Amino acid sequence: MTRFITSSFSHLILLIGILIMLVPVWMIFASSTHTSSMINMNGLQMFLGDSFYENYLRVLLYQGGFFKEITALKMFFNSFIMATGVAILSVVTSLMAAYALVYYRIKYATLLFWIIFITILVPLELRIFPTYSVMAELNLVNSYFGLIVPISASAIATLFFRQFYKTVPDELLESAKLDGANTWRFFVDFLIPLSKTMIVAMLIFMFVFGYNQYLWPLLVTTSEQYWTVVMGLKMMSGSIVHRFAFVMMSMVPPILIIIVLQKYFIKGVFQDK
Amino acid sequence: MKKVQFKSSYSQYLFLAPQLGILLIFLYWPIIQTFRDAFTMQDAFGFGSKFVWFDNFLFIFDDPAYFIAFKFTIIYSFVITLITGSIGLLLAVQANNVMHGKSTYKTLLIWPYAIAPAVVGVMANYFFSERFGLLYHLFHELWGFNWYESVFDSYIYVIIAGSWKQISANFIFFLAGLQAIQKSVIEASMIDCKNSFRRFWTITFPLLMPTTFFLIIINITYAFFDTFGIIDTTTIGAPSGETRTLVYKAYMDGFRGLDLGSAGAQSIMMMLIVLVITIFQFRYIEGKIHYN
Repeated sequence: MTRFITSSFSHLILLIGILIMLVPVWMIFASSTHTSSMINMNGLQMFLGDSFYENYLRVLLYQGGFFKEITALKMFFNSFIMATGVAILSVVTSLMAAYALVYYRIKYATLLFWIIFITILVPLELRIFPTYSVMAELNLVNSYFGLIVPISASAIATLFFRQFYKTVPDELLESAKLDGANTWRFFVDFLIPLSKTMIVAMLIFMFVFGYNQYLWPLLVTTSEQYWTVVMGLKMMSGSIVHRFAFVMMSMVPPILIIIVLQKYFIKGVFQDK
Repeated sequence: MKKVQFKSSYSQYLFLAPQLGILLIFLYWPIIQTFRDAFTMQDAFGFGSKFVWFDNFLFIFDDPAYFIAFKFTIIYSFVITLITGSIGLLLAVQANNVMHGKSTYKTLLIWPYAIAPAVVGVMANYFFSERFGLLYHLFHELWGFNWYESVFDSYIYVIIAGSWKQISANFIFFLAGLQAIQKSVIEASMIDCKNSFRRFWTITFPLLMPTTFFLIIINITYAFFDTFGIIDTTTIGAPSGETRTLVYKAYMDGFRGLDLGSAGAQSIMMMLIVLVITIFQFRYIEGKIHYN
């Protein structure tokens, strides 16, 4: 009986927590399916209206921006390129760097370790203007390369891969050596398959990280052709329901990825079973 | 370190080169430039710059707005850490308690983690707008809430906006921490101590210390850096710069004011703050907690 009461109490608390998360998002969604005059007269809505297709289609295809050169569809395309680029570039480089740090007897191992990991303490926000001027000097402003590479300059995934490699039993390398595997074969045939969960987790983590960037795209894209979704939120004009619809769509890709690939993500990032 | 390793050879550099290359060009080069900016001053027409030692630092210490931003950043990170940590812990303990539906709860509570701070800010905007914001009107009824003018009210606005999505990360980390505690420890404690409330604070919570301190760092970092998007889409620093974080102020001084010297000096001050927090974490806290 007490067990029943305490567990009902737990369910109740959790339910309240879930409502705090869901209700605001639901209200914006419900409101995004109404007309602007409805919102202006009656405020945010709890129930669905019938302008869903009309509002969402208009937002996706409407030519926005100061020069009316970009649609939300193009922004989603840009965000997707940026997030995918950040995920792949940072995961591949981190995977390799962590491999060298763990599996080689390197001369200046400690120095290299610090050169790589101290960078975690200096997030992009702390060097944003100099990074911009470096990009300007390299002629990389207004390019996908310019959106992707400075965000990929991160050692966070390296830290995770290094931790993971250290838990791999030494016997794996011994047996691989007996099989005659060289360093490259050991890395590709043994270690990468074994790190699959961690790799997927880091790809998700870096994808969401890249997709959610706000300040950097704001600074490095002066041409509307390279606007991303998250920075576009501030730039897009339009009536209130269209802005609701845009906000709703902007959060779909990362949420979908986190929910669908939740198992990998939690296992890798949160070290959970 | 591994007992079995490959001998040092040229191939190690091939593995290191891509990341080191990117870090050197897109991280170390800008950092060096940050230091150069911080110790030089541009002339008014942007034609040249001269070395001015610590003048930029002295200027920011003379600037009352810097201390306002400093005060706000400290309060903001403290309150966000406290709120998101305790709600996250409360939810994690309840989720760990229930027999059925643990993974459903996980799914239903993890997704806000994925939303960009700037998107959260835009959403919060709708709930705090004077025209149809529900929370604006609720709080206005209660005590005359008006974040355009009252510093306290604007704090409430950005704290709610900043805490909302961060509860997710705290919940998942605490739940993972709770699940890592060995069953036998909990079972033994159930025999010794019948009061579940006391059992939690004397047995479970101390075992969660590594998670707690890790989350403190995560939350402080979040409040320092990731909230830029939230501030820029909610109060934009209103009223009169009271809700500007240090990062936000540095950006505004550099971007709007085109004062790169001051922005550089402010960046270096923040690097120092981050460094102090990190050293504190390693020296004093890591040594005092017990990992099982």
